[in-house]
Amino acid sequence: MSDTPLIEVRNLGKRFGSIIALADVSFKAYRGEVHALLGDNGAGKSTLIKMLSGVHQPTSGQILIEGKPVQFASPRAAAAAGIGTVYQDLALVPLMSVTRNFFMGRELRKGIGPVKWLDMERMAEITRREMAKLGIDVADPNQPIGTMSGGQRQTLAIARAVYFGANVLILDEPTSALGQKQQLEVLRMIKRVHDHSDVAIILITHNDLHAKLIADRFTFLSRGRVIGAGTAKDLNPEEIRKLMAGGSELAELEKEFAAA
Amino acid sequence: MTTETAAEPGKRVQDERIYARPFISRMMSRPELGAISGAVILIVFFLLAASPQMFSLGGLFNWLEVCAQLGIIAIGACMLMIGGEFDLSIGSMIGFSSAILGILIVNGGLPPWLAILIAFSLAVGIGFIIGTIVVVTRLPSFIVTLAFLFLLRGAMLVSMRLFHGDTQVEGMANLKQTDFFAWLFGGDLFTMEATFVRGGRENIIEVGVPMSLVWLFVLAALATWVLTRTRPGNWIFAAGGAPNAARSVGVPVNAVKIALFMLTALCAAIFGAIQAFDGGAVDAARGNLKELEAIAASVIGGALLTGGYGSVIGACLGALIYGMVNLGFQYTTIDGDWYRVFLGGILLLAVAFNTYIRRRMTGGAE
Repeated sequence: MSDTPLIEVRNLGKRFGSIIALADVSFKAYRGEVHALLGDNGAGKSTLIKMLSGVHQPTSGQILIEGKPVQFASPRAAAAAGIGTVYQDLALVPLMSVTRNFFMGRELRKGIGPVKWLDMERMAEITRREMAKLGIDVADPNQPIGTMSGGQRQTLAIARAVYFGANVLILDEPTSALGQKQQLEVLRMIKRVHDHSDVAIILITHNDLHAKLIADRFTFLSRGRVIGAGTAKDLNPEEIRKLMAGGSELAELEKEFAAA
Repeated sequence: MTTETAAEPGKRVQDERIYARPFISRMMSRPELGAISGAVILIVFFLLAASPQMFSLGGLFNWLEVCAQLGIIAIGACMLMIGGEFDLSIGSMIGFSSAILGILIVNGGLPPWLAILIAFSLAVGIGFIIGTIVVVTRLPSFIVTLAFLFLLRGAMLVSMRLFHGDTQVEGMANLKQTDFFAWLFGGDLFTMEATFVRGGRENIIEVGVPMSLVWLFVLAALATWVLTRTRPGNWIFAAGGAPNAARSVGVPVNAVKIALFMLTALCAAIFGAIQAFDGGAVDAARGNLKELEAIAASVIGGALLTGGYGSVIGACLGALIYGMVNLGFQYTTIDGDWYRVFLGGILLLAVAFNTYIRRRMTGGAE
């Protein structure tokens, strides 16, 4: 791990008209680390990742990659700078095969002169290899995505992002739409990405238990602000839970219940 | 919390739900399966029930030509359906482009190659306009192309009567013997003599492989290759299967869809040219309901109405089934109009079957 964070966010803010979605957020994510961004609904998590992935442009503040300020005009620009975002809908086509989904929009081709066709063998081989790295054995690269479990689809989307050059991997609530068993499968897979590559993983979640399992660093958001941050060592579970609930609000509820 | 799948670090976890699908299962999820079985059953049925004339050389080319012509527009309709859209203007486009062809050749005195070039360019241009309207307004293509069904037909009929006095143009009957480009669409290959029994009398007739069959095979082979083996093909499936997902990984969904509308228009123009040069006359009223026949053939061939799934070979088999049923009853003692009942039944069966296949493919997940 170097001292310069791979990606740093400084005093980032975003207003939509009169609504302040993000007030003043700063955090640093390092190579080879999992950085968990935690917060309840409406904390500003989605606004933050949309700015990091070039969908929205910040109203104030800066994004720095390896110490240099950057501005993303579009998702394409963010992707070119090595930011890979895996959204909840995963951007997969259920009726298409594993291989075709992996290379969708970036197909490998071979050909004679101007006549080009898909290099299915090479694409299948790479898909199989990249999926195996994350612990999924794809027996039939031609099987449609629709027959895969939610966890396996998540794996495919992440393997795809990493293979196509993501240095910063943003995972948007990767476990929220899954059943218990598959949530663990996905966490195990994220751990594998973490262990085998030096990408910086930004894990957006509202599940503190999941974050605790794999994150090296935490940033807590509430109502568009950072309300707490620290490394895994600094924070104890009680603190994490308290921060997750938006700090003082839980204490207030406790008082309210005690009074009743 | 207990985990039954706890694995040693680094060990590959194989999910029990991913397995190498057996051959039968893979065949079961092919889009053409229903159409293949349907075609085989029908061929056996007509071999047993119809007069042997149906499968004589003359009879065969007679009904195969109908299949081939329908197959050509079914290829366009099917690819467009895979791309997630419909085109109801195919029938009107046939009337439009063949009428333009007739006017340019007979009234305008243009050589066939130039008339073909102009008529095809106009058709493709209108396809571009339709496609652009669909992707820009985001209106359902069903409505946009329904509007063009009326617009094209109406405008062509009115202007034909206004400037030509009639909706028909005749006088191209000999062109396919004298002009190469006219022959390319309306002629026959390997012409030979065959006996054909009609009304109890044996007639010696000239038969050959109609050029429409050649067009069908060439187009079907090309379309299948593009669809399954090239990047544009991958984009067509993606654009129809999940347009937003496709967009977010950089697939130019709108361009793909516009190109597909241009393709269906081109297929309709080829159909129009084949009929014009084969029959030697054109009529702006031609091609009625062809769009629905093309969609029916695509669906019988395994295409999903929701897009993202289908096969050009399936659509051609759907056209084969359609043509066989349409003309086959003439060779039996059964009332010919039974074919409509038959087709309706086949279509219903096909839709039910396709939905079942789709569930299998998506593991019931979608």
